[in-house]
Amino acid sequence: MRRLLYLLPFLLFIGVGVAFYLGFQRDPRDIPSALIDKPVPSFELPPLPGRPEGLSAERLKGDVTLVNVFASWCIPCKAEHPIITRLAREQGVTVRAINHKDKAEDALAWLARNGDPYASIGADLDGRVSIDWGVYGVPETFLVDRQGRIRFKHVGPLTPQVVDEQILPMVKHLRGQG
Amino acid sequence: MIPELGHYALVLALFVALVQAGPPLVGAATRNSAWMNVAGPAAVAQMLLVLVAYGALTWAHVVSDFSVQNVVQNSHSLKPMLYKVSGVWGNHEGSMILWIVMLSVFGAAVAVFGRNLPPTLKARVLAVQGLIGIGFLLFILATSNPFIRVIPPPLDGNDLNPLLQDPGLAFHPPFLYAGYVGFSMAFSFAVAALIEGRVDPAWARWVRPWTLAAWSTLTMGIAMGSWWAYYELGWGGWWYWDPVENASFMPWLAGTALLHSAIVVEKRDALKSWTILLAIVTFSLSLMGTFLVRSGILTSVHAFAVDPARGVFILVLLAIATGGSLLLYSLRAPTLKAGGLFAPVSREGALVLNNLLLSTATATVFIGTLYPLFLDVLNLGKVSVGPPFFNATFLPVAIPMVATMVVGPFLSWKRADLGAALTRLWVAGIAVVVMVAVAAYLTAGGGPLLALVGIALGAWAFVGALVEFAERIRLFRIPVRDSWNRAVHLPRSAWGMTIAHACVGLAIFGMTGTSAWQTESISAMKPGDTARLAGYEFRFDSIGTVPGANYRADRAVFTVSRDGVPFATLTPERRSYPVTRMTTTESAIHTTVFSDLYVALGDPTQNGTAWIVRIYHHPLVPWIWIGGVGMMLGGFVSLTDRRFRIGAPERRRAAKPAVQPAE
Repeated sequence: MRRLLYLLPFLLFIGVGVAFYLGFQRDPRDIPSALIDKPVPSFELPPLPGRPEGLSAERLKGDVTLVNVFASWCIPCKAEHPIITRLAREQGVTVRAINHKDKAEDALAWLARNGDPYASIGADLDGRVSIDWGVYGVPETFLVDRQGRIRFKHVGPLTPQVVDEQILPMVKHLRGQG
Repeated sequence: MIPELGHYALVLALFVALVQAGPPLVGAATRNSAWMNVAGPAAVAQMLLVLVAYGALTWAHVVSDFSVQNVVQNSHSLKPMLYKVSGVWGNHEGSMILWIVMLSVFGAAVAVFGRNLPPTLKARVLAVQGLIGIGFLLFILATSNPFIRVIPPPLDGNDLNPLLQDPGLAFHPPFLYAGYVGFSMAFSFAVAALIEGRVDPAWARWVRPWTLAAWSTLTMGIAMGSWWAYYELGWGGWWYWDPVENASFMPWLAGTALLHSAIVVEKRDALKSWTILLAIVTFSLSLMGTFLVRSGILTSVHAFAVDPARGVFILVLLAIATGGSLLLYSLRAPTLKAGGLFAPVSREGALVLNNLLLSTATATVFIGTLYPLFLDVLNLGKVSVGPPFFNATFLPVAIPMVATMVVGPFLSWKRADLGAALTRLWVAGIAVVVMVAVAAYLTAGGGPLLALVGIALGAWAFVGALVEFAERIRLFRIPVRDSWNRAVHLPRSAWGMTIAHACVGLAIFGMTGTSAWQTESISAMKPGDTARLAGYEFRFDSIGTVPGANYRADRAVFTVSRDGVPFATLTPERRSYPVTRMTTTESAIHTTVFSDLYVALGDPTQNGTAWIVRIYHHPLVPWIWIGGVGMMLGGFVSLTDRRFRIGAPERRRAAKPAVQPAE
């Protein structure tokens, strides 16, 4: 019995070591979304003032759509903006946006300055809808298929690598599915 | 040519390490003194070879030899010389070389200064050091060779991460590693003692100074890292419970426990198997600290680049070192003879309580840090564990720890009178009441109740340590001149303990002050604007562009005044480094010793006329680092104690006066 007590530290260490080993097969940065392959939450967002169209769950059906969550106060959003613009203008991907916890005039000024690649923008001024989408920081980007299901989520600013290796192949695949 | 020499020296060092490990182990088992004596010269040779390798890498960095990949990836010809030198250890490969430099220096120190060690113990200690050296040299040569060439060499390098181009961080890794690696000595002594099957007070007297030196430098390393986070990251926080910070904090906590349990072995010949276990655990946690930062297994802002091959290699090293030594422990520890007995209320009892609390604190941090990994591995979902967890679990352990820390030194060995000890602490009790009253008055009762608990603890620890010292020199009981004489002739270890314990109190004041009463103002300001905070006015005078060696800076000028009287100018900067395309915040801090005024310049607002300015008032915050530096000093003062210098391990009987250093 006493011997067993002396063996305890060794046994505990074995457990920790196994956990470390298994930990290698995972990327802690890889944060899964509980909403993958689920329909987008039902929501209805008004447009920014002076704009014709907002964003709703209904509107996301029918076409493969990239939904970008951004805010004018968010620096990484500005960093990823040229990439999103290129996706929309050069690759012909439909990009819509949720404007997260922003002031309408700030958002409009930001779009005027940085360009507006979005087919439409829903103004989520209090951030309620973003919560339903499971957003916990801007920017985040979702890919929604024609049936209105979320198929992919990226946390943080988009990079050319993510676009080329993940988003564009996925868009092509989803479009092919009809 | 010179990088090749470095590479060659590293390979030679590996073979020398094999010689340092193999023959002495066999020699110690067969009492062959010729074989045992190989260990000493081998340890010195290994140190010289590793130093040659380190020098070669430093040379490549200093002359910006861009045919060496490590230099290309981490340096730039325009980088200031200080960061060319510190950049050697600012990257994964170079930091591993620094690690092994420390290891071989410690090994050589045992070889040179360990003349009085029993020959078998010395041979085995050096052999275990050699084994650790083999593991790390293999790791460097197989997965992290810093001497790889690039053909054709690029014209210039990629520059060092600008966040690391900072004087505070430049010297943070050497201290940290000296601490981590210093615990390898305690580990080697522990494993050697397990092989010998014998632990006695002489053994403890040998382990104590190494542990003390490692603990002191680790304290300094952690304090520097926290100081860097405070002023460089621009948010004014000093501790984030980030996995990498925790990775250095765990060996510190375990090392603190080891430091105290070794006292019991040294003075009373008890707690032997526990001390051995602590030595193994402390060094294992140091290894794990090295491992966590490099494996990519946990997310952290400080992590090195992730490479699974390296991670698996370190894991194998960890498995051999920790698994092997714990297995050896489970086989040999039960055979160790138990030593002196003691009553629960005694100096020993207090040190056991200290060890229990410190171990619990270590376990708490361990669980909090690795909990996300365990859950993920068991497919129970992804979580992150943040400050709320640590505040809720660490503080309940830390509070009784500090509270009892003050009482321990008043207790006598074997059996003590708790009531008498507490009576002698009446001055500290009064200090607690006064300080809490002053704090409550100054803050008008604002802030959480916990803050007053913090102030009480700080006062208790600080004044308690001084009262203990005063008792020892019989201050006010005998003429002052006699007290002075007593103080001068007191063992240095007693001085060291008083300094370190009192500084724990100072650090607690700092932590409490800034956590509870910090105020901040974040606003968009234009030149000419004034912000008010904590009774100070901050006037944004101007902003301009200043060129730096390898960056450009936006530098703002703020005039700080109180009641209309200007008394300080603060110049926070935002630096952009074109090569790495990163920006850093250089906050400007004015310290009054009792508080810091802290200004950080953020991004310009959209129309470019105003800037986001973050202003903080941090009461008492400098005391965190004053306390940290003081603890390190206490450790070093204790290290100069006469019994470590003359070293001759002699058995002193326990029939000594009640006042004994507990450092």
